[in-house]
Amino acid sequence: MAEFLITTVGLSEWLAWTVTAVIAAVLVLNVIAGGALVFIWAERKIAGRIQDRLGPTRTGGRFGWLQSLADGLKLLAKEDLMPEGADGMLFRLAPYVSFCASFCAFIALPFAFDFIGCRLNVGVFFVVAVLGLEVFGVILAGYASASKWSLFGAMREAAQVVSYEVPLGMCVVVPVMLAGSMDMVTIAEKQAGWFTNWYLFHDPFTFVIFWVYVTCAVASVNRAPFDLAEAESELVAGFHTEYSGLRWSYFFMAEYGSMFLVSAMAAVLFMGGWNGPIPVASLLGLSEGTGDTANYFVRLLGMFNLLGKATLGVLVMMWVRWTLPRLRIDQVMTTCLKYCTPIAAAMFAGAMLWQLFLPGGLVPGLDRPAGEIREGWLEGPGGRGAAAPAASDEKVAQVISSQVNP
Amino acid sequence: MMAAMSATGLVATALPLAAINWHSTFFLLFAVLACVCAVAVVAADNVVRMALYLVLSLGATAGLFFLAGAEFVGAMQLMIYVGGTLVLLVFGVMLTAQAPFVSIKTAPGDRALAGIVGASLLAVLLLSAFSVEEWRKPAAGVVGEPTATPIGMALLGVRVDEPPAHAPAGVRSGYLLPFEIVSVHLLVVLVAAAYLARAKRRKTPRAIEVAASVEPPASVAAHAAIGREPAGRSGSVLVGGPR
Repeated sequence: MAEFLITTVGLSEWLAWTVTAVIAAVLVLNVIAGGALVFIWAERKIAGRIQDRLGPTRTGGRFGWLQSLADGLKLLAKEDLMPEGADGMLFRLAPYVSFCASFCAFIALPFAFDFIGCRLNVGVFFVVAVLGLEVFGVILAGYASASKWSLFGAMREAAQVVSYEVPLGMCVVVPVMLAGSMDMVTIAEKQAGWFTNWYLFHDPFTFVIFWVYVTCAVASVNRAPFDLAEAESELVAGFHTEYSGLRWSYFFMAEYGSMFLVSAMAAVLFMGGWNGPIPVASLLGLSEGTGDTANYFVRLLGMFNLLGKATLGVLVMMWVRWTLPRLRIDQVMTTCLKYCTPIAAAMFAGAMLWQLFLPGGLVPGLDRPAGEIREGWLEGPGGRGAAAPAASDEKVAQVISSQVNP
Repeated sequence: MMAAMSATGLVATALPLAAINWHSTFFLLFAVLACVCAVAVVAADNVVRMALYLVLSLGATAGLFFLAGAEFVGAMQLMIYVGGTLVLLVFGVMLTAQAPFVSIKTAPGDRALAGIVGASLLAVLLLSAFSVEEWRKPAAGVVGEPTATPIGMALLGVRVDEPPAHAPAGVRSGYLLPFEIVSVHLLVVLVAAAYLARAKRRKTPRAIEVAASVEPPASVAAHAAIGREPAGRSGSVLVGGPR
């Protein structure tokens, strides 16, 4: 896009990059904020239906679809309270820390083949690292509020998130191992084609580890049944007890942003990313090389595909939230340490052995992307997954072949 | 098109910030942020604020790594250092949770000592950094494609960064074995630390066993055995004999 602005529109280079960066940032911001609006409305409707009531019905016509916008206006108009004994700077800063962490993780999330804020070579690792920082804002909020309910909620959340990062990391490593790359674009591209190519159906171990990932993801974004940090029956409202108005809504936006993010991660890592269950684009004869318009159309289709999968994940989280009761803290820890971690470790070993001994899968006819092909720059210039055609590709390939097979 | 070009040209000339070098700008931003926050860690008097400044400083360092194209190191910095500070913060909160917002005052002598040590360390670092000849010239060009794959390959013994002529023949071990040894060593240290930190619990007998095993309470014993040696010497602490 920056190249387009430089060559076609004629902007100078620094201005073009600035405009590109601002557009990307605003788009990502809208995914979080707009997503939060829609998801909060959906959550209220789903909660209502599950509890045999209607949810919001009046605001905005038939389904109460303007309800979250009205809530947002109400929050804007609310008084911004701060407890007298609070640590002012930390109290004001905490919501932004949470929100920024959630926002930064979206930078490396691909929405379609080229629709990505910044294509990082270590995308998965980056997202997991940044997502873990969201709890930082929660701890600051709990501490700075000078309220014991807030402090209890924050400490619970800290213990929970820190311990659930271990099995979450193990789950994330499995698709990385199968794809041979930490680049999220490469991982999704390896699963192109029919849904049988998804890593979810790669082998039985990945199928099991997907559900471990779901459990850990729900726990790491603090949704019920793991929402001990804001257990309203015991802790008033947990870490955000003392917050009101817009600051409170930043926490909410961060929470819904993270929910969407872990769902999109699940879609990219296990469910093919923007490659649908049915490869509609390639069945229609459209591909990347057909032309610029077709190219754009394919990517747009892919983006809707990914957004649909991520939304499905968020809806499942809501369904779980309003169905299951909240766990106790010891049950949360037991789930993590005694079940998720050992299962994830065993499934990781299993997937590794499967990849070693049955790389083609059980059914030989299925066209499965070979796991031993590493990143694009090893496949040679012009490969689909090539990050950028490096000049020394052939030399690198020579070095590798000479050292691997001396 | 011409109109657009002339318009943007006008904008570019009108703006005083014409042709910002974003790379230098962000480098300065991150560098200043890292330095200021590092000083603030020392100057702050509250544990949690210190941790916050530390996180900002380390995060800015991660930004410098990303700016230099070292994505893997940058993500590592975020994961290990910033995430590790998180645990530090948790402990800080737990230790100071009895009284809110405990402020830690540093004695002026300590400040002076720390200033001397820090300044001398800075001087040594600056001297050694400026004595390397290659670092004083601008970089020759863009360093190759930044990717984590060569790191992983080198771990397994396949080096892509050196030409094949220099590579020794035969199978190379890579860094996998040292890496594994270090990680197992860390694990052993962790387990040992957990063992040592655990409270040494004496095996506490249950109440009914206590009642069955010890002699009668001291007052009763004293009444029963007048003229004998004072009771309670051999009695259990748990029952509370005469002190």
